[in-house]
Amino acid sequence: MIYTYYPGCTLKTKAKDLDLYARKSATALGVTLEEPEDWQCCGAVYPLARDEIATRLSAVRTLVSARDNKRAVVTVCSACHHVLVRVNDDMKNDADMRGKVNRYLELENEYGGETEVIHYLTMLRDKIGFDEIKKKVVKPLEGKKIAAYYGCMLLRPSKIMAFDDAENPTIIEDFIKALGAEPVIYPFRNECCGGYVTMSDKSLAKKAAGKVMASAKDNGAELIITACPLCMYNLDANGGADKLPVRYFTELLAEALDVK
Amino acid sequence: MVHKSLEQACLIMDRSGVDTRKCMMCGKCSATCPAFDEMDYHPHQFVKMVTEGDIESLLSSKSLWKCLSCFACVERCPRGVEPANVVEALRVTLLRRQGENYITADDIPGLLDDKLPQQAIVSAFRKYKK
Ligand code: SF4
Ligand code: SF4
Repeated sequence: MIYTYYPGCTLKTKAKDLDLYARKSATALGVTLEEPEDWQCCGAVYPLARDEIATRLSAVRTLVSARDNKRAVVTVCSACHHVLVRVNDDMKNDADMRGKVNRYLELENEYGGETEVIHYLTMLRDKIGFDEIKKKVVKPLEGKKIAAYYGCMLLRPSKIMAFDDAENPTIIEDFIKALGAEPVIYPFRNECCGGYVTMSDKSLAKKAAGKVMASAKDNGAELIITACPLCMYNLDANGGADKLPVRYFTELLAEALDVK
Repeated sequence: MVHKSLEQACLIMDRSGVDTRKCMMCGKCSATCPAFDEMDYHPHQFVKMVTEGDIESLLSSKSLWKCLSCFACVERCPRGVEPANVVEALRVTLLRRQGENYITADDIPGLLDDKLPQQAIVSAFRKYKK
């Protein structure tokens, strides 16, 4: 199994663990992740306005380079994944946008959203299978009560993201079970932590993150896992005084596969 | 007096890709909005205000900066209205005006800490500055 691997800016800086353990685990699972040499930052936030063209281009370049290499793109960061999936959807389903972007980029072969974009978690679920992963677990995380924090960007809008059931997701809980730990279901696992305003509005960020943290705690979790560096930062920085530890899902995977 | 402009309403609908007239005012978007308490105009209200062409009131609303772009309203609206896209279209409309940037490069150093991920800084420039 070979994929184009798109790390994104944060995995090269503040979220090195998310990247390192994604790579180590992939190797252990027999997956080759090829990082393109010349990738560009995706912009970290999907441009919702329909007349924003330039802000979509870097994502399109990534999608085109994967298409040209005949590979699907795997991302780990929730934000990169969100941007790539939605820009790809625009290129596929919005003829006006597709026309403008293609005219601007003057590509040899026009791009129309052909690339498959998958998240590392969906790669585990759909391409490898949680049963397979379970077989490869060497150090099961027995007895650990872990809360999956989905946040917003992986799930919504589900019509486009098609990641999991947006209101009742199970993928990260199934992942936790495959590692031998016990998933904790809590109401705020798919509600917003307020990461969007973590720089501009501390008090709102604190309120939102505090609610997620309290909800996970009240339901008996001892640890929260996430795929998003911004959620990780925001839950940790703004989650309140007696917050739970927050870790990347890839770190737990590497631990269970004994490649950490 | 409220200035109503059909032309501006059309601009916001185009820019957001949302036909606000589909709204049936059920309030589900506002009920699910995590920033509801902080807003002056709430999601179901700003959708209606766009339909009515009351764009200038929205452009000075603090709701534009309270919205978390969490897409809960988008996911849960029974009519497929996408209120979050409306907020973004309003934000962009304001930011494109001269002197209306919400953040400048000079503000950034004061907002940094050791752990702040890159994506927060990159996205701040996308969200708050044109
Ligand atoms: S949920 Fe949709 S239909 Fe209901 S008030 Fe909000 S925008 Fe209108
Ligand atoms: S996207 Fe904005 S308006 Fe919609 S529910 Fe989230 S915070 Fe509220």
